[in-house]
Amino acid sequence: MSQSALFCRVFGVLFALLMMLPLGSSADEEGHRLPFSDLVMTEPARHFSATQECVEPEDEMKRNHMNYILHQRDETMHKGIRTRQYALEECINCHAIKGDDGEYIRVEDPRHFCATCHTYASVNIDCFQCHADIPVRETTLLTTEGESQ
Amino acid sequence: MSDTNKQMNSARREFLGKAGATAGAVAIAPGVFLTTPAAARPADQKVTSDKRWGLLIDTAKCANGCNACVSACETENGWGGADNSEKHSNDEQQAQWIRVVHLKEKATGHLTTLPLMCQHCETPPCVDVCPTGASFKRADGIVLVDKHICIGCRYCMMACPYKARSFIHEDLKDQKPWAPRGKGTVESCTLCVQRVDKGEIPACVEACNAENHNAMFFGDLYEEDSEISQQLEQHGGEQIRADLGLNTGVRYRGI
Repeated sequence: MSQSALFCRVFGVLFALLMMLPLGSSADEEGHRLPFSDLVMTEPARHFSATQECVEPEDEMKRNHMNYILHQRDETMHKGIRTRQYALEECINCHAIKGDDGEYIRVEDPRHFCATCHTYASVNIDCFQCHADIPVRETTLLTTEGESQ
Repeated sequence: MSDTNKQMNSARREFLGKAGATAGAVAIAPGVFLTTPAAARPADQKVTSDKRWGLLIDTAKCANGCNACVSACETENGWGGADNSEKHSNDEQQAQWIRVVHLKEKATGHLTTLPLMCQHCETPPCVDVCPTGASFKRADGIVLVDKHICIGCRYCMMACPYKARSFIHEDLKDQKPWAPRGKGTVESCTLCVQRVDKGEIPACVEACNAENHNAMFFGDLYEEDSEISQQLEQHGGEQIRADLGLNTGVRYRGI
């Protein structure tokens, strides 16, 4: 076997292996599938406004949602400020999804919106030791119905 | 100094009260006024020390055998009750935000019944001893536990002379969104802060009125025209353990 044939064969095997990897960019058909994972970020029940999906732009929420919740937490607890835009309850009201049995999916299940990413990133969340992980009251935020559901 | 402040504040309140009354009352015919109820504080405004919420309990009207205030509190705040989620805790450990206490005078055999809960002290011992700042008094006089900061040391439970606080020993599920509570934290009566912030009255008072006992009055202790202030001025109201000098927000009559 010549050296060039060996090179071709090794290159071919490596190329085939590379093609088999589930690349993040190629696996985006089913909503927001997380790269190298079976976990899928679910769509919310409704959008915040006609132009904006969440209470802040999506990229901002992905990175900094915890800061908004933390700020609102202290404002509500200590000052009695009860605006709804950054309230954890309203996150749940939009983002909670129902399973095939028609019951809301609880946070222990990785399909729960919060659990999806937090399972993926291995970051524990303490919120739901005290707070409700499924909707209880109707939303009081003025939101638009999402196109997806 | 505080007296001067109080006077200044009351003068200001009087002015604001008159201004508010003028704005709130609409004359629909000569001599006939349509008065709108006092509007609740807007959701984006923080609480101020212009108000101090208080309760007055008339033990003469509190009916022996009635448990309406306790059940209403359980339903509103999601503790105790038939579907009690604290299954592994014994009676001593389970949450008790409000309890009915019977007092019997041995000499006469006279029985007094009263509900006992957090007394919302002006100088709360629970806040004094809290090592983390979780136990705090809101500007409007409501004493609360910030469970985000609470480490569950239970010093406040030992410091409270009214045995008003409980500790949660086990994992809970399906809490009320308006009254979050969880394992490893201390809790007590919040004076239904979620209702008060909306301009409503606490669940216990509402239940007492619904039973037609009308033994509880809720209102602003600083506002001279409020029903509770009028009642206190005319008939008085005692503190439990007044000797401790805590200036409680919950007062009792007939004990």
